[in-house]
Amino acid sequence: MAFGRSSRKKTPVEPVTLKILVAGGFGVGKTTLVGAVSEIRPLRTEEVLTEAGRPVDDLHGVEAKTTTTVAMDFGRITLREDLVLYLFGTPGQDRFWFLWDELAQGALGAVVLADTRRLEDSFAAIDYFERRGIPFTVAVNCFEGARRYPVETVRAALDLDPEVELVLCDARDRESVKSVLVAVVEHALVLADRAHASAAT
Amino acid sequence: MSDAAERGRPGRENPGRATAVPHHWYDDEAGPVVRPYAMTRGRTSAAGRHRLDLIAVVVPEPAADDPGRDQSLSPEHVEIVERCSEQPQSIAELAAGLDLPVGVVRVLVGDLVDEELVHVTRPVPPAQLPDVSILREVINGLRAL
Ligand SMILES: Nc1nc2c(ncn2[C@@H]2O[C@H](COP(=O)(O)OP(=O)(O)OP(=O)(O)O)[C@@H](O)[C@H]2O)c(=O)[nH]1
Ligand SMILES: [Mg+2]
Repeated sequence: MAFGRSSRKKTPVEPVTLKILVAGGFGVGKTTLVGAVSEIRPLRTEEVLTEAGRPVDDLHGVEAKTTTTVAMDFGRITLREDLVLYLFGTPGQDRFWFLWDELAQGALGAVVLADTRRLEDSFAAIDYFERRGIPFTVAVNCFEGARRYPVETVRAALDLDPEVELVLCDARDRESVKSVLVAVVEHALVLADRAHASAAT
Repeated sequence: MSDAAERGRPGRENPGRATAVPHHWYDDEAGPVVRPYAMTRGRTSAAGRHRLDLIAVVVPEPAADDPGRDQSLSPEHVEIVERCSEQPQSIAELAAGLDLPVGVVRVLVGDLVDEELVHVTRPVPPAQLPDVSILREVINGLRAL
């Protein structure tokens, strides 16, 4: 195709983009974790939702909508000019579960952050990713003052599949968060390798 | 449940009364919720059009060199093109950077696609197996950070 004004600028690089979700209970450190590795200041992105199926009248020529605002944590890690990883912190409240479905679409994997003082807060996220077959790693955020339990005890309490990795982390620490993310992608890689192998036979 | 979540629930002021939405209906943190839709002339993500993924990247076309010339473009349209000309950006980044709801950004980017000023990359479709070599590159990339 011929454009009148061919590129004065170099053609922009079109990066491959991937996403990892960060889930977990209220106050468990999701925002902190995203901020620890993101190269952009922790951005919160908002989605305005429309409640479908409810009849509404027009409002000053603007379609009136039942809307609500949801804040999502959002971070970016540029691995190479042409390879970008995005992190999305999932909204915690139950009524936003449907938003998870959009976020989970095409996600490479997920981190479930857990706090040993409130392990039950992470059950919902674990169930969610298990049911959808999304590779996930459980990261126990080690708050000071929280009692340390042996990893095996935590695993048992969470009833984790033996394949699912459980790691300890400090959500404030960049290196620690990097290794959590590596664990997620390694797990995704194992599952993808296996899927390719079984597809090939 | 947090205060913010409670505040964000518009039904509280008008329980079950969608017809009586007051014009000051907005949420403290988010600001007016109607204004962004005025920007899109009331349109939500265009029907029938593929819903743009949050990590779909908006890439300017060469024809977008001077988006200001097109009278039908709003300042927000122009700003999207300008931001992406510096570096292609995802829908989520644009929403965060412009401080606009994702739904509004989807509509605006849809307009720009129709005008052939930008195109949008398609992320890996969900049902497709992730490419093993890309996963290895991600691991190496993360380690090298
Ligand atoms: N000591 C310690 N404090 C932490 C750690 N991670 C997070 N915090 C603190 O815990 C509090 C909650 O962390 P956030 O990152 O806001 O948690 P969140 O999961 O985003 O919370 P919500 O979005 O409200 O659900 C903040 O005050 C953090 O500074 C950690 O690893 N160690
Ligand atoms: Mg948070």
